[in-house]
Amino acid sequence: MKRHLISAADLTRDDAVLILDTAEEMARVADRPIKKLPTLRGRTVVNLFFEDSTRTRISFEAAAKRLSADVINFSAKGSSVSKGESLKDTALTLEAMGADAVVIRHHASGAPYRLATSGWIDGAVVNAGDGTHEHPTQALLDAFTMRRRLVGADAGIGRDLDGRRITIVGDVLHSRVARSNVHLLHTLGAEVTLVAPPTLVPIGVEHWPCQVAYHLDEVLPKSDAVMMLRVQRERMNAAFFPTEREYSRRYGLDGDRMARMPGHAIVMHPGPMNRGMEITAQVADSDRCTAVEQVANGVSTRMAVLYLLLGGAVFDSKATSATSPAPARTEENK
Amino acid sequence: MDTVESDAPRPVLEGPDIERVLTRIAHEIVERAKGADDVVLLGIPTRGVFLARRLAARLEQITGRKVPVGSLDITMYRDDLRMRPARALARTEIPGDGIEDRLVVLVDDVLFSGRTIRAALDALGDIGRPRAVQLAVLVDRGHRELPIRADYVGKNLPTSLRETVKVQLSEEDGRDAVLLGLQQTAPAGEQ
Repeated sequence: MKRHLISAADLTRDDAVLILDTAEEMARVADRPIKKLPTLRGRTVVNLFFEDSTRTRISFEAAAKRLSADVINFSAKGSSVSKGESLKDTALTLEAMGADAVVIRHHASGAPYRLATSGWIDGAVVNAGDGTHEHPTQALLDAFTMRRRLVGADAGIGRDLDGRRITIVGDVLHSRVARSNVHLLHTLGAEVTLVAPPTLVPIGVEHWPCQVAYHLDEVLPKSDAVMMLRVQRERMNAAFFPTEREYSRRYGLDGDRMARMPGHAIVMHPGPMNRGMEITAQVADSDRCTAVEQVANGVSTRMAVLYLLLGGAVFDSKATSATSPAPARTEENK
Repeated sequence: MDTVESDAPRPVLEGPDIERVLTRIAHEIVERAKGADDVVLLGIPTRGVFLARRLAARLEQITGRKVPVGSLDITMYRDDLRMRPARALARTEIPGDGIEDRLVVLVDDVLFSGRTIRAALDALGDIGRPRAVQLAVLVDRGHRELPIRADYVGKNLPTSLRETVKVQLSEEDGRDAVLLGLQQTAPAGEQ
């Protein structure tokens, strides 16, 4: 695995399966009386959030704390950033405080990449959502949820999502979740179909490893999982569809539509949900909707990512194995 | 003395030896635990789990009762995590009735530095509070780095640090054997 997690497209199939398998073991820690592991003791994880977020930040915080890491939360509001500090100076400050990992959410696409490649900080960088670019840990927790539901928790170990048909519905244009999911699900062998009004399909989508459809009803009976994206009202200033009612009628998921899905198919939503808009309350509250499960799985998945990025040796990327340390006496080379 | 020092690992225990050793350990557990009423066997992945299952089957034969058996992954509790890239995790499976007030017998294939067992004791502490913890190993090869000893030992195998001890079990490796070999002096930069 690479040293940073910037894009779901950077993950190979084996990386992704390793993360999902690790997350499966992490999920079992939640069932124990002491929900904590000592693994990242003494390591510092900084949550650097330039954009509002509750569930992602809390999820990363819970994940880091369950692994015994120290967590520093930094949100742009009420910080030096609101006084005009640049990303570089913020990064240098965090580096001086000894951050071993920086979890960054930023309104500008590419900010995590800049942070990881600039040399400003030595720690691992985890992208927690950048602009309309990517949100790789959300894609990982979605894939984890799909594997658990469609393949099975134990049966899924070591397996990918080969041949599963995943439909992603809604505002693909502004959705970093959709972009990360398309890349990751394709890597895991799933067949992805995007369904959206033409105005909400991004330019260049023909180069994405997925199909595009404009009619939800044609795709639903052939879906193993249907992921409803949130209609991002805060980004809808350009009027991408005539009215919310029309959007809801054509692209919203209600009870009738859900009944037309195969019996085993699940409904997913990355949250926060607009009930009555892209999803009706009847669907959101049914046991086929995994929205709450996805939140719980998010903690396990982020634990897996933090463990795999921080739990082992940190190799200097510049000096590639020039000096291999003396073989450690571990119980493994017994 | 054999004059040809071959590089090929030499078996020190073969299949039937391992069977006999496990049967003996099972009887020792019953003897020391006075009937093994409250014994829980926890194997340390990978091969300790298979050994624990085999011991459980023998204990059942002897006592006529099912003995709870599970596995305890110690990866997250290792003290050498930062010396290597992050490792894949193995399964921790605690039997349904838990380990509270039970006699937990940890089972591993080789006892060497003792660091795995230290990690296992830490891991147990996060799961519950057993009445007592004991340790059963197939091979004790010496060179302890911590004040830890085994309660049940299949075979004491004095070794030098240049030697390697490899346990093979049919569940994982297709055959049962304990192999004693010489450490490969790998060229620098390998691995």
